[in-house]
Amino acid sequence: MTGSKDDREFELTVNGKRLTVSGAPVGASLLSVLRDNLGLTGTKGACEEGECGSCSVMLDGNLVCACLVMASTVTEASIATIEGLAPSGTLSRVQEAFVDHGAVQCGFCTPGLIMAVSDLIDRQPNADRETIREELAGNLCRCTGYGRIIAAVESLLNEGDL
Amino acid sequence: MSDVIAATRERAVLGTSPTRPDAPAKVSGQFDFASDLTADGAVWGATLRSPHPHARIRSLDISPALAIDGVRTVLTADDVPGTNSFGLISSDQPVFAVDIVRFVGEPVAAVAADDPETCRRALEAIIVDYEILPALIDPEAALDPATPAIHPLGNVVRHQRIICGDPDINGEVTVEGDYEIGMQDQAFLGLEAALAIPDADGTGIELQIATQWLHEDRQQIARCLGLPEESVRLTLAGVGGAFGGREDISLQVHACLLALRVGRPIRMHYSRSESFLGHVHRHPARIWMRHHADRNGHLVKVEARYVFDGGAYASTSSAVLINAVTHTQGPYRCENAVVDGYAVRTNHLPCGAMRGFGVVQACFAHESQMDRLAAACGLDVLEIRRRNAMESGDRLITGQTVTSVAPVRRCIDETEALPLPDKAVGHGDHPYSLPGGAGLTTDTTDVVRGIGYAVSIKNLMYSEGFDDYSTARCTIENGVVSIKFATAEVGQGFVTLAGQIARSVLGVDEVVLEPIDTGVGSAGSTSASRQTWMSGGAVKEACELARDSVIASVALARGVEPGQLELLGTEIVDPIDGWRIAMTDAIQGVSVNEEAVYRHRPTVALNELGQGACHTAFAFAAHRAVVDVDVELGLVKVVQIATAQDVGRALNPISVIGQIEGGIAQGLGLAVMEEIVQVDGVIRNASFTDYLLPTIADMPPVEIALIEEPDPEAPLGAKGVGEPPTISSTPAIVAAIRDAIAQRHPEATPLSRVPVRPSDVVDAFRGLRPTDHDR
Repeated sequence: MTGSKDDREFELTVNGKRLTVSGAPVGASLLSVLRDNLGLTGTKGACEEGECGSCSVMLDGNLVCACLVMASTVTEASIATIEGLAPSGTLSRVQEAFVDHGAVQCGFCTPGLIMAVSDLIDRQPNADRETIREELAGNLCRCTGYGRIIAAVESLLNEGDL
Repeated sequence: MSDVIAATRERAVLGTSPTRPDAPAKVSGQFDFASDLTADGAVWGATLRSPHPHARIRSLDISPALAIDGVRTVLTADDVPGTNSFGLISSDQPVFAVDIVRFVGEPVAAVAADDPETCRRALEAIIVDYEILPALIDPEAALDPATPAIHPLGNVVRHQRIICGDPDINGEVTVEGDYEIGMQDQAFLGLEAALAIPDADGTGIELQIATQWLHEDRQQIARCLGLPEESVRLTLAGVGGAFGGREDISLQVHACLLALRVGRPIRMHYSRSESFLGHVHRHPARIWMRHHADRNGHLVKVEARYVFDGGAYASTSSAVLINAVTHTQGPYRCENAVVDGYAVRTNHLPCGAMRGFGVVQACFAHESQMDRLAAACGLDVLEIRRRNAMESGDRLITGQTVTSVAPVRRCIDETEALPLPDKAVGHGDHPYSLPGGAGLTTDTTDVVRGIGYAVSIKNLMYSEGFDDYSTARCTIENGVVSIKFATAEVGQGFVTLAGQIARSVLGVDEVVLEPIDTGVGSAGSTSASRQTWMSGGAVKEACELARDSVIASVALARGVEPGQLELLGTEIVDPIDGWRIAMTDAIQGVSVNEEAVYRHRPTVALNELGQGACHTAFAFAAHRAVVDVDVELGLVKVVQIATAQDVGRALNPISVIGQIEGGIAQGLGLAVMEEIVQVDGVIRNASFTDYLLPTIADMPPVEIALIEEPDPEAPLGAKGVGEPPTISSTPAIVAAIRDAIAQRHPEATPLSRVPVRPSDVVDAFRGLRPTDHDR
């Protein structure tokens, strides 16, 4: 079956919009459908086996690696990507914290990390540093050594304490 | 850090940390990386690679691939219109293999098809009949003249000696050791990708590419395409990290060839596993060193022998080797030296540039030796380093005098003075903070804390007589200041710095950065810690010319001598007649177009005895590592890194800190995690599942002291900061592990190989050699 095109169309709900997917290969991952069929290239791919977190998206409120999800199996799910995080031209407070704290260098890991951090501070607004490190260990960054990323996350958590 | 953050509210000039101009796009997913690009009518390209480390191609049949619906073309060596070879220093690597393949992953053919799936089927359909040849995988065997050459240019890429002072002198104390460094991958997250768009008439091409050096790529591509350079136009696409791994050609030529053949835009992306095969790596090395000292620990002589495994093709092996041999003494005074270095060819993956470029390997060996020497002399590990610390004005073993600011002693002292972790071993906040992390494998009673230090010297910019320059242009039209350069922004933040320089020099706050492409002269490579110095120097000079031109036009209008006026902050001031005009007003109606080419001081090639002022400038750093080691299980947790680094001047403190923390993470990776494993010439771990990168949980807090002694030779007083953090962090961590092991097992053999694997820790006190476990 490798390489054959699925002649059926299917629909996905992405960032609150119902979108039609056509021409995706059989078994295509959510990552490739988002990027290649729906033009949502903010979600990145760097390992395609769930190790790096660059393709992190929310699926029914859970953080997942889009490369590990078969797109045609999530037609009933609610999918949220980096493009839907803030209205166009604005930044969420997680995005602003990354900008302000120097947490961005090449930026390739950044959309996935922003999704993971947004999820983390929603679930654990009082996380300590060790929890932050364990929670974000699924998102690789090769540029920053993570120091400014931790600074950005801690600035958000401290905000909550004030 | 709060001071630095507050500074962003000020004018975004040098010395502050303005936010990156590309950061808003990067955090919102709107920044286009090379892999995000597409064009109308684009089809896909893919590469067929050798599965064998060494084989003869008996026959190659592409017709089954061409028969597949949706396949546009299949190219082999016969289809290369220009030279079928490329390479950064020596053009020794074929675009497509001819007759012989020399490493697993060597390109044999390329296909273009309507989608990636069809590309994959086309690659599978190509029939290659290989006759497997014996693979040369032992770098020592490559040195044996009796070993058959695996390449027409022979098996030794370069041999370089250094003989300095009295080669026969001996010290009262000698220590020696054999060291081994594994092959490290740059592992940038943004995989190789390009979009190649052929001109409508087929006589030229535009390539949008993630690279470190646009003009060098262009030169190599044009030669392979058989086109004049001006017919090949390159634009920098968003680069997802580089670290040396994008300095060589990977998919550039293949994408252009396919696009010109098909007459459509070609998108070409590597997968992660292909990326491990498709770019050069850090050289694995075997190093022997013997240090001689007097009984007070003063160095008398260093002896060394290096064998660098360059893999199948030369890439930058000869320059990497030179960096290693010329840094043998480390940041220490030493008057006598006997050094022998070889870079050899094997049927392993080709090796070339990676952050630290040869000095990583040398530093691991010389710093391991300095600890041995300290023990042999009965001295503290820092005391022996202080006694030998290099100073500005000292002569290197190459005969070159160090003219850079050289605050080696300050690096050592300030690193030592940084606070140690406040929690004792086993008293962390969380059980995850023990070795083994969330695996909860570790019994606290088996955990020993160790501390280690290492110090480094690193050359900045290019060496050995290379004509090293960078170009920048400053234009002012309609009151808008624009800066143009071809400097590859790979994540390091030159785009931020360029704006800071322009604002500082010109006294304006709004600066437009033009697209980064070959529409201006070369900037040289984003490597060798050179762009802040080189492209920073070019942007500064171009802006100074533009500033002087604006001041001249104001002077003309006011009927005064230009020398009477000066720029103070954002205003041109006439202190004699007592008037001032804002620079933003002064540039209205002015038309300026100034270009500057910055060159550093010339260097020379080494002679046969390794003598010559082959480097330009140097930067220094010291690292202290604190580790917890589960001595029974061999597990290591790096608890803290402290570093004092000679930065000259921190032009953007947050960027400097980002380089330091990021560089240390890669040094930590080499120390305890990262190694490309090849067995019989076949890579065994070409994935992020099996090649282990430091995660946020592996990376400890970093304590940093920036040593700011502006270097008079640097155009902005600033030294490059990218490489030093990667260099001495690795030996500091290994020294700390040795310290921990020795506390429990004083008889243990000192670790001599990186990365340190759990079995190495356990073997160290069981009397086994690391190699006993290999395979």
